[in-house]
Amino acid sequence: MIRFTWRQFRTQALVVFGDLAVVAIVLAITGPHLVHLYNTTVATCGAHGDCSAADSAFLKNDRNLQIALEALVVVVPGIIGIFWGAPLVAGELETGTFRLAWTQGVTRTRWLAVKLGAVGLASTAVAGLLSLMVTWWSSPVDRVNMSNFVSFDYRDIVPIGYAALAFALGATAGVLLRRTLPAMATTLVTFVLARVALTHWVRPHLITPVHLDLALNPASTGYGSYSTLFSSSGGNTLQPSTPTIPNAWITATQIEDKAGRGLTTQYLRSACPKLGGNGGPGGGGRGGAGGSHQTSRVSAGAQQVLQDCVAKVGKTFHGGGGVSARQPVLGFPMVRAGDLPRCCPPSGRFLPLVGPPPPLLRRSAEPKRHPPTSNTSKVG
Amino acid sequence: MTAVLEASGLGKRYGRRWALAECTLAIPPGHVVGLVGPNGAGKTTLLQLAVGLLVPTSGTIEVLGARPAESSAQLGRVGYVAQEAPTYAGLSVADHLHFGAWLNPGWDNHMAEHRIEQLGLDPNQRARKLSGGQRAQLALTLAIAKRPELLILDEPVASLDPLARREFLRDLMQAVAEHDLSVVLSSHLVADLERVCDYLIVLCASRVQVTGEVEELLATHHRLTGARRDPSTLPAGQEVVEASHTDVQSTLLVRSDTPILDPSWDVEQVSMEDLVLAYMSQANNAERGRQSSLSALR
Repeated sequence: MIRFTWRQFRTQALVVFGDLAVVAIVLAITGPHLVHLYNTTVATCGAHGDCSAADSAFLKNDRNLQIALEALVVVVPGIIGIFWGAPLVAGELETGTFRLAWTQGVTRTRWLAVKLGAVGLASTAVAGLLSLMVTWWSSPVDRVNMSNFVSFDYRDIVPIGYAALAFALGATAGVLLRRTLPAMATTLVTFVLARVALTHWVRPHLITPVHLDLALNPASTGYGSYSTLFSSSGGNTLQPSTPTIPNAWITATQIEDKAGRGLTTQYLRSACPKLGGNGGPGGGGRGGAGGSHQTSRVSAGAQQVLQDCVAKVGKTFHGGGGVSARQPVLGFPMVRAGDLPRCCPPSGRFLPLVGPPPPLLRRSAEPKRHPPTSNTSKVG
Repeated sequence: MTAVLEASGLGKRYGRRWALAECTLAIPPGHVVGLVGPNGAGKTTLLQLAVGLLVPTSGTIEVLGARPAESSAQLGRVGYVAQEAPTYAGLSVADHLHFGAWLNPGWDNHMAEHRIEQLGLDPNQRARKLSGGQRAQLALTLAIAKRPELLILDEPVASLDPLARREFLRDLMQAVAEHDLSVVLSSHLVADLERVCDYLIVLCASRVQVTGEVEELLATHHRLTGARRDPSTLPAGQEVVEASHTDVQSTLLVRSDTPILDPSWDVEQVSMEDLVLAYMSQANNAERGRQSSLSALR
């Protein structure tokens, strides 16, 4: 039965493992160069002092290949589910060959077990080998990036799990729909939905997040609103910047007082009457990209108004009753040997490791800094 | 001796429609059984129940004394060629033989290769490039070379031209003679079965109409022609299967275990085709009667 499965499957298997070999060759050629660069620039940056410059210079190497590899690791499990999982049973049902296969001297249970086992194993092997190669190749990049949560989906055993999931979805769709093409389409849709749901609705609840309180920083706190596919901040308000913590997944940032009450628009309006917008029309650019390149277009006066406001909010909350403006950070500590930040000696018991969340999440977790752009006129 | 196929109250329902109902049968071993009936009569359903591709809705079926497809040993004892003789289009004739060898413990590779050679099939030819007749022959080879005790063929000659049809049936009969097989084959054409079958099952409107050895069936059925007469006046033991009347004359097809001695009838032998057609039209009339009484009730 195993030989029978192999004979049916070998062409596809050879194609895929051949492609894997090509990827392996490309990575074997470019990988050592990356390690060499790391050893000569980033690893020795302490001696020259400017590590952040060395980091960003290093990350520009093979940038396109990095992106391509991440895409490959995300796409390959889905492709496997669609092209190996979906037709596995549906193909037999569609062409009628199940009547031939299931009347030979092998019970249907065994037939299905061997098929699922062999092709499923091949699927996870493909994803595992690919992930192994990519994880090895990317290790210098990951050491610089300090962002385990971004790369979580693309490294180590995670792609194996996704390949198993996609294969199971494909095989199930094939059995239920009994037609190859609809089963393939269903696999694609359910796999994408499953990934999105896992990332956005399941994963944040798997570990109790760690809360971190930080003082508001007038220099990095912005003003405006943002929205993404999954969340919206509502009206214009102060937006704290996301702190840079290596290897931490920051799922939310919020301004609140010691009792845990959020900053209200009313409070902000009374504290900073000069700050424009207040959620009305013409408020801060919705979803517009924040960032330093826009800061330059904002008048110095507007900047000053904002910074004064942030300082005032912080001060007012601080004053009198001893209430402090808090900026809680929800992060998941994630410990991985060898991922200790190079520059920062362990400080205290809690050391958050690894950086911002996966791309889709990053948008909702990182409130954009919005030095007022469209409401500049109102401010100034 | 165990019946090769024994069914009791067997039924299969799809939604609200019974594809096969109240089927009770016992086929003794050593026969070539013709399963005949019009398209949609339930032949394929019965055969798929017999090989375990379908599970009965009601009743039981046993093949060679065991539940169909209950074990690999049981699967190995029954050879099956499905309608249209499905094969793996992208794989070669030789690959199919490998399949047979890998999947069947009792595989006779020498016989399989010999048959392929005799048929003049190129082992490297892909199944999609074979003609309908060649594909049917390949499927039959797979089914015979596993050395089954019972061979079940679902409309094996339906897609073949008359010449290929004759060759296929000749090969089949040769294999039956050589390997002491019991065979059940279905067809909607009596002519296909007439030459090869010695046992007959007429299946019509989801129900078994008549079953028995061909010789016996032909000996106990008679065509009577005579002056017009009400069929209900026939003596007991003479069962009317089909009756047609003109103004002055009656023609009856009668089943009777004893010879018809009444001198007012012209008694004629019936052919297998006459017999099958008579039972089919009887079933159709009964079905129409059921439907009209049903619509009358509504």
